[in-house]
Amino acid sequence: MSYSANQLKNGLKVMIDGDPCSMQQVEFVKPGKGQAFTRVKMRNLLTGRVWERTFKSNESLEGADVMERDMEYLYTDGDMFHFMVPVTFEQYAVEEKAVGDAVKWLKDNTVCIITLWNDRAIVVTPPNFVELEVAETDPGLKGDTAQGGSKPATLSTGAVVRVPLFIEQGEILKIDTRTGEYVSRAAKA
Amino acid sequence: MNIDHWQPSATLETLKKRAAMLAQIRHFFSIRNVLEVDVPVLSQAAVSDPYIDSLTVEYRSFTEDAVQHYYLQSSPEYAMKRLLAAGSGCIYQMSKVFRNGEVGSKHNPEFTMLEWYRLGMDDQTLMDEVAALVTCITGIEKFKRLSYRQLFLHYLKIDINTASVAQLAARMREQIEVSGEYDRDGWLNLLMSHCIEPQLQGAVFVYHYPASQAALAKLTSDRDGVPVAARFELFIEGVELANGYHELTDAAEQSRRFAADQQLRAELGLPQRPQELRLVKALEQGLPDCAGVALGVDRLLMLALGKTQIAEVLPFDFSRA
Repeated sequence: MSYSANQLKNGLKVMIDGDPCSMQQVEFVKPGKGQAFTRVKMRNLLTGRVWERTFKSNESLEGADVMERDMEYLYTDGDMFHFMVPVTFEQYAVEEKAVGDAVKWLKDNTVCIITLWNDRAIVVTPPNFVELEVAETDPGLKGDTAQGGSKPATLSTGAVVRVPLFIEQGEILKIDTRTGEYVSRAAKA
Repeated sequence: MNIDHWQPSATLETLKKRAAMLAQIRHFFSIRNVLEVDVPVLSQAAVSDPYIDSLTVEYRSFTEDAVQHYYLQSSPEYAMKRLLAAGSGCIYQMSKVFRNGEVGSKHNPEFTMLEWYRLGMDDQTLMDEVAALVTCITGIEKFKRLSYRQLFLHYLKIDINTASVAQLAARMREQIEVSGEYDRDGWLNLLMSHCIEPQLQGAVFVYHYPASQAALAKLTSDRDGVPVAARFELFIEGVELANGYHELTDAAEQSRRFAADQQLRAELGLPQRPQELRLVKALEQGLPDCAGVALGVDRLLMLALGKTQIAEVLPFDFSRA
């Protein structure tokens, strides 16, 4: 499948210099006099680099065989991270590089979005919110629920987040993975 | 076709404002004694500009007859100049024009163009009248004027009179990745549309375009004696709104520019289309000294109403047409 620059649109995945890239912002540029261009902000799905490039409207681009699937995190063997498609039980072994920062939020059974390129996992996107247990933090200050102030807490996955002073070891917290910030105590099950 | 998209792309409130604006524009010209005309949008000839692709229409004298190709006009310019040469006096037209492949947040393949010609005016005096019209519709009162050279000096610190093609290319690539190579005007166009236009704030007239980008404008000289085109454009908040010329009246030069466009089309592998040789004939007869300008009405309405998508000011945008 190939596309002309005129057909580019947000979210489309194409091959640029051998790498799969995702279109993030596509703008048609055509002065009254002069050539037409398609100006695109793109993200290289392998390196994460975001940059701008402009294409002549008649330039053609190869589509990238990229898809996203929900998968459950199973375990790591120290080298690869193993995920499973819940419905079909297909398993994928994912390299550490593709897991990237998501490793900070991975606990068993967490459902992540896995980006596959030619059926190879290249990006792991964690859910926007995860619930993780506090493995270690200084003792909580009783009654201090209104005052500001925060302290570091190490979560069960090894991630360190700033939490309010009243948080105790062993509590389950809700974390926003996009900002890496504490949101609240998890609702009691 | 998506049958769920039967509704208009503009709100009815916007369409009422659109109608009011069209009436205001007609009043503007009526009180200035400029005659409204309605030249064909379908013609046997097509625009020569290699970068504007005309839509082709199949005409038949009767159902089984051989097809004759007609072209939807990308501007009423050629026919209006034939009227001027025939002695019409000052004229304006507000009508649909068509450009193949131009779809975007500020482009629709079918759009409304306002074009007018004023006898005895030049590019500088016509800019005054464009400003008056824009003030009347949008309330904008402040207009800056910069020459094309000043603009590049100010926004990119480049002197286009001395910069080499390689320097223009390097300056462009500093900001945005570009594949392929371009000629001098290609790089200037890229810098203009990608690096300068997004920086333009308020209303800015850009005049004295490079002589190589004259299109249908006369050539003149700037203060340093460098040949430039008597062509201007108006940008508002970085959006190209109008393009005007002190019109070329020299038939031989017009004929030469048509031939150069056809040559460039051949080099670029673009279709050769029938040229408007009747315009050359009209110029031989005599086009009065005049200035003319084309203005995008839909974009003017977008600016007046603070809309960011052209679809928001059209009853049905291209995806719903």
